Amino acid sequence: MDLSSINPVLLLAALMVASTPILLAAIGELVAEKAGVLNLGVEGMMIIGAICGFAVAVETGNPYLGYIGAAIGGAALSLIFAFLTQYLLSNQVATGLALTLFGLGFSALIGQSYSGIKPPQINDLNIPLLADIPFVGPVLFQHDIMVYFAILLVAVVAYMLTRTRAGLILRAVGESHDAAHALGYKVVLIRVAAIAFGGACAGLGGAYLSLVRVPQWTEGMTAGAGWIALAIVVFASWKPWRVLLGAYLFGGITVLQLNLQAAGVKIPVEYLSMSPYLITILVLVIMSADRGRASLNAPAALGKSFHAAS
Amino acid sequence: MIRLEKRPEPSQNWALATPVLAVLATMVAGGIMFALLGKDPVEAIRTIFWDPLFHPDFAAFSRPQLLVKAGPLILIAIGLSLGFRAGVWNIGAEGQYIIGALCGAGVGLAFYPLEAFWIFPMMVIAGALGGWAWAMIPGILKTRFNTNEILVSLLLVYVAEQLMASMAVGLLRNPEGSGFPGSRNLQQYASAANNELIAGTGMHWGVVAALIAVIFAYILLNRHIMGFNIRLAGQAPRAAKFSGVKPARLILFCLGVSGALAGMAGLFEVAGPAGQITIDFNVGYGFTAIIVAFLGRLHPVGILLAGLLMALTYIGGELAQFMLGLPAAAIQAFQGMLLFFLLAGDVLTNFRIRLGRAEVA
Repeated sequence: MDLSSINPVLLLAALMVASTPILLAAIGELVAEKAGVLNLGVEGMMIIGAICGFAVAVETGNPYLGYIGAAIGGAALSLIFAFLTQYLLSNQVATGLALTLFGLGFSALIGQSYSGIKPPQINDLNIPLLADIPFVGPVLFQHDIMVYFAILLVAVVAYMLTRTRAGLILRAVGESHDAAHALGYKVVLIRVAAIAFGGACAGLGGAYLSLVRVPQWTEGMTAGAGWIALAIVVFASWKPWRVLLGAYLFGGITVLQLNLQAAGVKIPVEYLSMSPYLITILVLVIMSADRGRASLNAPAALGKSFHAAS
Repeated sequence: MIRLEKRPEPSQNWALATPVLAVLATMVAGGIMFALLGKDPVEAIRTIFWDPLFHPDFAAFSRPQLLVKAGPLILIAIGLSLGFRAGVWNIGAEGQYIIGALCGAGVGLAFYPLEAFWIFPMMVIAGALGGWAWAMIPGILKTRFNTNEILVSLLLVYVAEQLMASMAVGLLRNPEGSGFPGSRNLQQYASAANNELIAGTGMHWGVVAALIAVIFAYILLNRHIMGFNIRLAGQAPRAAKFSGVKPARLILFCLGVSGALAGMAGLFEVAGPAGQITIDFNVGYGFTAIIVAFLGRLHPVGILLAGLLMALTYIGGELAQFMLGLPAAAIQAFQGMLLFFLLAGDVLTNFRIRLGRAEVA
């Protein structure tokens, strides 16, 4: 075992990359949950995004078109969920599960001819001057554009939710759909939009996995990332900036265990591989143990169906 | 203008009709999907739903497979349905299935090469206990710390998979396997093997256990106070609270039963059809069982039928892979689609569809 072989600069830089897919998916899910929709299909939307993004990027040779394709793919899948839960008033938990099961199968189906191919390369954005700062430069300022886009997205969502009228309406729908309806807001349409936004974000997160992080397509490659994103929303107690913290925490654990594997620590690989999931569970327990705080911030109408006539 | 009007009571007729309609709709939508893949849709659907049972050449082989595949699906789905009725969402049955197989196989292998009649029953108990214990983790975290059982039970699936991988190359590895990952083959160990009970039918102890579980679940739900409480908690949580139902006890009961049944299913699989613990031992029965539970309307008899139908799509899917070159993943997408149609169909059970404008009340 040689812990000195772990380079802290590379570790922190890798942390930023490892946490980006979960960050994207989690911030999208946060918006959906703020609107009162519990979409458990994040895993399915992520993997559909992963294959859509990968396929588009390979066919066109342009990774940025791939991201657009992934966002569209994720949003399209989420609209199935939106139709079922908002118009046909199906159970959100069950429908979310169905979305995940379907997404995993369907992605494997369209992804068949794409395994073993390398996607087009995405260059890192070396921000002039800042990238040359020792230590801070390589950690923060030498990443591809999606890393910054994800952080920007968190900032935009945080601003929208707390500082704008649109955010206020979205939160009103999530807290009490009956009151929002009485005020004349289109509850169902707002929720459909929030679900589609969540789907697009999850799709982007999936595409980041298949285009940058891995980068190739394999069946079931999201390996629970979508579920971890869901857990991070709870961890963050539905606050956008805490989602960033949660995603970095998880990304840190993932990168650290990979580094420990490479450094040859005397812990079997399998136990290191399960550590991110265990830590996620542990964090969930700590966050929900404090009953008052965790439940205080959860949207009051989360997971409830809205039927105007009743 | 289409309007939905809430029914005072869910319609019994639609509740029975929607699964059938969902299957038909899935056949149509699946047919379109197969057509887009460049296959003859009619032939594909026939290969999946008809040929496994009636094809002159393959039926003899595939018919017994029906029970082999339906056994674990039914066993797991029965357990899950109890929780789903009460609003306790155990979606980590796949993990409990794995741990059950590990514990059961571990007990069996510990006695190798001793031959005794009590080894197999001990393994069944160990498998059930293993699954139960794994399900107790989300259960206790839920009741003690209010942690979301959906997320915990699901995340534990990935932990269980890693644990199994480490067992397959470590503790449970076959010492005579010349270094390959995987345990000894339990089918070659007479006292631990879960053999076919009636030759040529696919009937093994797991199928027997599934049938017993169906009967017990039926009695529990219709004749026992616990079953009544489960239904009450799901349909009217406030009423349940007033009538003295303890939510913590209910959660632990539902998770425990579903975990134990999933663990047993894992044990029967590892000692029978699969034979050994390998890195890719689990094939997603725990997730498909969720579809089975919903397709069976969370009713024991319904689950029995749904399990057989789902097993049929598994076998038909394999047959279609072999005969038509249909990709393996197609059948997974097909099963997911079925769940969509089923959930969509529920709107007919709970609502009346009215045409025309709403009247002013």
